Order: sequence, then structure tokens, then C-alpha cells
Amino acid sequence: MLFEAFRLVFDPYVLGVIFASAAFGLFVGAVPGLTATMATALLVPVTFFMDPVPAIASIVTATAMAIFAGDIPSCLLRMPGTPASAAYTDEAYAMTRKGQGELALGAGLVFSVIGGLFGTAVLIVAAPALAEVALKFSSFEYFWLVSLGLLCAVFIAFANPLKGIVSLLLGLLVASVGLDNPAGFPRFTFDNAELAGGLTLIPIMIGMFAMSEIIRSVSRIDEPWQMAQAKIGNVFRGMWGLTKRYKLPVLRGSVLGTAIGVLPGAGADIAAWMSFAISKRFSKEREKFGTGHVEGIIEAGASNNSALAGAWVPALVFGIPGDSITAIVIGVLYIKGLNPGPSIFINNAVSIYAIFMVFILANLLMLPLGIAAIKSAKQLLRAPREALMPVILLFCVVGSFAINNSIFGVVLMLGFGLVGYLMEENGFPVAPAILGMVLGAMLEEHFIRAMIRADGNFLVFFERPIAGSLGALTLIVVCVPLIRWMLRSRMKLPGGGTK
Amino acid sequence: MPGQKFGPAWFPGLVAGGLGLCGLLLMVAGIRQGGPWLALPEWVHRRRPLLGVASVVAGLLLYIFAADKLGFHLTGIALMVAWLRILGCSWRVAAIVGVVATVAIHLAFYKLLRIPLPWGVFEQYAF
Repeated sequence: MLFEAFRLVFDPYVLGVIFASAAFGLFVGAVPGLTATMATALLVPVTFFMDPVPAIASIVTATAMAIFAGDIPSCLLRMPGTPASAAYTDEAYAMTRKGQGELALGAGLVFSVIGGLFGTAVLIVAAPALAEVALKFSSFEYFWLVSLGLLCAVFIAFANPLKGIVSLLLGLLVASVGLDNPAGFPRFTFDNAELAGGLTLIPIMIGMFAMSEIIRSVSRIDEPWQMAQAKIGNVFRGMWGLTKRYKLPVLRGSVLGTAIGVLPGAGADIAAWMSFAISKRFSKEREKFGTGHVEGIIEAGASNNSALAGAWVPALVFGIPGDSITAIVIGVLYIKGLNPGPSIFINNAVSIYAIFMVFILANLLMLPLGIAAIKSAKQLLRAPREALMPVILLFCVVGSFAINNSIFGVVLMLGFGLVGYLMEENGFPVAPAILGMVLGAMLEEHFIRAMIRADGNFLVFFERPIAGSLGALTLIVVCVPLIRWMLRSRMKLPGGGTK
Repeated sequence: MPGQKFGPAWFPGLVAGGLGLCGLLLMVAGIRQGGPWLALPEWVHRRRPLLGVASVVAGLLLYIFAADKLGFHLTGIALMVAWLRILGCSWRVAAIVGVVATVAIHLAFYKLLRIPLPWGVFEQYAF
């Protein structure tokens, strides 16, 4: 079976796709205003006509490269290439100003690879093990699992949980449009054939993650970029020493990153923020943070790349996305006949092993390709935004159209693009909405099925052992932040402000 | 729905209830905080960003209504040149990038991926 998977991956066509996606990912990651999630959304229409393995391989490779490449403009422009690098942008730029740009870029690259490989190892070990347990799950367990996932998305790291809940509920509302509900009854369709099938997710994601970013970039089009000068020679110089010296932070970053990745709704960007904060807190040289110190970059750089692979654990095993990238990936998996769920490891074992191999390959390829990207950073960053944004916009239009060959896709993209932009500008996180849309149907189906089996008695939801534990955990996740938030807002009115 | 204890209205009903509650709480918090009802972002006062964002939205609306009649090529090139000019490219760059990008996207999606992009007025020359 391993040999089968090996043959699937090391096919010239698949390798070609991987290299092309790597170049695409590095470019998208390095240009501020283009994100890894956007890269995924834009790749979907292109992967439509590929076999499952190259389709997934292109997404895996492009996102891994993009998250690393986001560090490049952090060092040179003081602008994160993707939100996942935002946590340590100031630190990296300060290093460049001190003449240590080479070290900062090298650390970003090497520890991205280490973090990515760590996350991949966890994915390979944990996902099949978890699947064995999950095979026994009934609607009760699934209901709690989905609820827990949705609530994690709301409560992790967002300043105002209320706004997170609103975002989540909006997503659930969008998910309930159409015929696809347990009763098979048309809801919110207004006798429109386009609405009867439900709202297609990909155009919505292209809108919320690509078009909203374009609007944001265009609204800053007159702010010039200023590039810091950095001489870049051998980026690997000193890396071995750093690895030995910062063993613990690297490990801590990788572990925390993977864990945040596994938790639904929170991905690489939140992992990087949390790891950077932890690194600062436990550092022996805390006073050096903020002056261009490499330690936080190492820990957070490992963290955001490990989160990427971690997010695939719940996505493959339960069909619950670990971050916004895997929220898109789940749709692709269904299209490709690789329906996520515990049985994927039995029914599609070869494809899954092939995907695991792609993860390893992509992270290893990051070393040579990352050096190439760092060396050509100056040219990459000279790509003129005023010419780039319209091209991407036209690409978005065609991509949204291509999913159903329908202009309604473009309507969805425009509508949700504007909604997504307005939400983010006003402190409403977009990730819970996306999660709600992806998981809405699953939540409702299991909820209604469980309710019918329990005959309306909610206590039955806690009767099975795993369901009971998951239920209790869900209640804790709801209660703890709510109590803390209430206490805080009682102490200093008005409370719960964002940004 | 008669005969069903947990019918199709159940779930959206719960969601709507939750949205109403959260909306109310947010409004209360907002009123307590004071501040204006509506604050415009600062970029609306700068010419290029304002025109840029407006042209993005207007251009997409135009595409939605006109693409079927005019065809992808005509609409695409017209929109691209307009967007590129408004965002600050020279006429020369706008013309070159607009035509090249539209044709490249046509080739990639229509020829390679077999997406039926509309031909519109060029229907008879379709290849």
C-alpha cells in the first residue's frame, strides 16, 4: 500500500503540480495582502479537473509555502505577507534594521520546516488512531463534537465572544438555505432554483477570503511600500547553533501550533500570536524582545507551520475543519470522492497515505525553494499591486463562475466579499462564519436525529459515556469565558471592546 | 410541519433566536459605550482608494449583468483596463496587462479546464 501511495505521488504530473503550486504559494505568501486561505480558494477551480491526489497536493504545498513566505515581507517591508506572520513582524523587521535580516529569514525558513514536519508527524500518527475511536460514534457524539468545534472557533483568542457568536450564527443561517435539510423541505429559497440547492461554499469563500482582501488592499493602494536593505548570503549560517540553543521553544511552538491547528476555527495566525506571547513570557532574555530578538521568531515560526498540518486531523477524521484552509479543503475532498470521516482511512487508505507523503515532501521542498524565494525577494516584492489586484479580481470572478458554471456564483462572491470586508473591519471574525457554513448541515442533521432518538429529552444527550464527556466539555467551554467576560465587564464598564 | 416533532423550522428558528439575542446585547453594549452610530473608514477621504473600491464593486455588478450579452472577452478587457487605470497604471501597462490577463485566463479556463465562459457578441467567432 505504501508503494502504491509512493507511485501516486512520484508521478511526473503530480510532481509538476507540486512544483507549480509551490511557486504559486511562495508568491502569494510573499506579497502582502494575499493570504494562504486566498491561495486555497483560488486553487479550487483549478483543481476541479485534477485527480484527487494532485488536487490535494497542490493545496497542501501552496499553503505550506505561503505560510513560510509570509515571513519574507515581514523582514523587509515590516508588513506580514500573510496574517500568520503578523505576530512577529515587528521583531523580524527590527532584526533586519540591526543588520540581521539574513538570520531572521533563515530562522523563519528552517523553523517553518521543522514545525511543518512536526505537525505532519502528529497528523500521520494521530489521525488514524482517532479514526478508530470515531468509528463507534453515534449522532449524540457527533452533535457534541460539532458543537464543541463551533464553540472553540468562537471563544479562542477573539476579544469579543459575542461578535464571534454572531458570526457563527450567520454562518449557520447561510447553511440552512435550500432543500438539503433532514426534512427535505425548501427553506429560504423564495422559489428560486439557484437557492434550492443551497448556497455554494466556494464562491462564498472566494468572496470572504479573496475579494475582501482585494478591497482592503485597494483601500490602501496609495500607501507606498518601503523596503529595508538586507544583504543575504548563506541563510543557513548559525541555524544549527540556534536549533541547539532554542530546543525547548522549538518544541513548545510545534506542540502548541499543532494543538491550535487541531482545534476547529483557529489556525496558523492565532497559533503564531499565542506562541509568540508564550515565548516572550518564558524567555530567559525577555528584555530583548522588541529589539530584534530571534527567539520569538523561532517559536512562532515553527508554530504557524505546524498548525497547518494539525488542522487536517479533525478535517480528515470528522469532517470538521481545523482552520479556514481546511474548511475549503473539506469541500474539495467531497468533490473528489474522498468523503472525510473515520472510514476514509479504510476506504481510501492509498490516497490518504499519498496525502501524508505530500505533506512530508512539501515541507522538505520548502528548504531549497524557500532559499530561492528569499534570494529573489526583492524582485518578488516589486510586483506592482495596482496591476496585480485587477488580475486576481478577474481570476476570482472566473473561479466563482466555474464552480457551477453560473453567474450566480459571481453574485455570491460579490455579496459575501462585501459582508466579509465589513465584518472584519468591525471586529467580527470571519472564521466562525465559515465554520458555521461548513458544519451547519452536519450539526442540524445530527441534532435532529439525536432529538428524535431521544424523543425531545435533552438529558439523553449525556447518557453515552463519550457523548456525556464531550457534552460536559462543551458546557465548560461555554461557561468559563462567559463568566470571565461578565466579571471583566462588571469591573470596568464598558467591557468587551475589540481591536 | 404537521406530523413532525422536529421539523425544518426548528433549526433556523433556534439560530434566529440566538442572533436576535446577540444583536440586542451588542446594541446595549454599543449604546453604553457611546460613540457615533456610523463611522466611515478614513480611506473614503482619499481619492484613489475610494475610486478603487467603488470601481471594484461597480465593475463586478457590471460583469454580473453584462457578461452574458457582451461575452467574457469584451467585459473582461474593459473591466481590467478600467481597474488598472483607476488604481494608477499607465495606459500602456493597462492595455497590455488587461488584454494579456483576459486572454490568458480565457485560455486556462476555457481551453484547459473547459469552463463555458460566455462568448456574447463574439458567439459566431467562437473557437
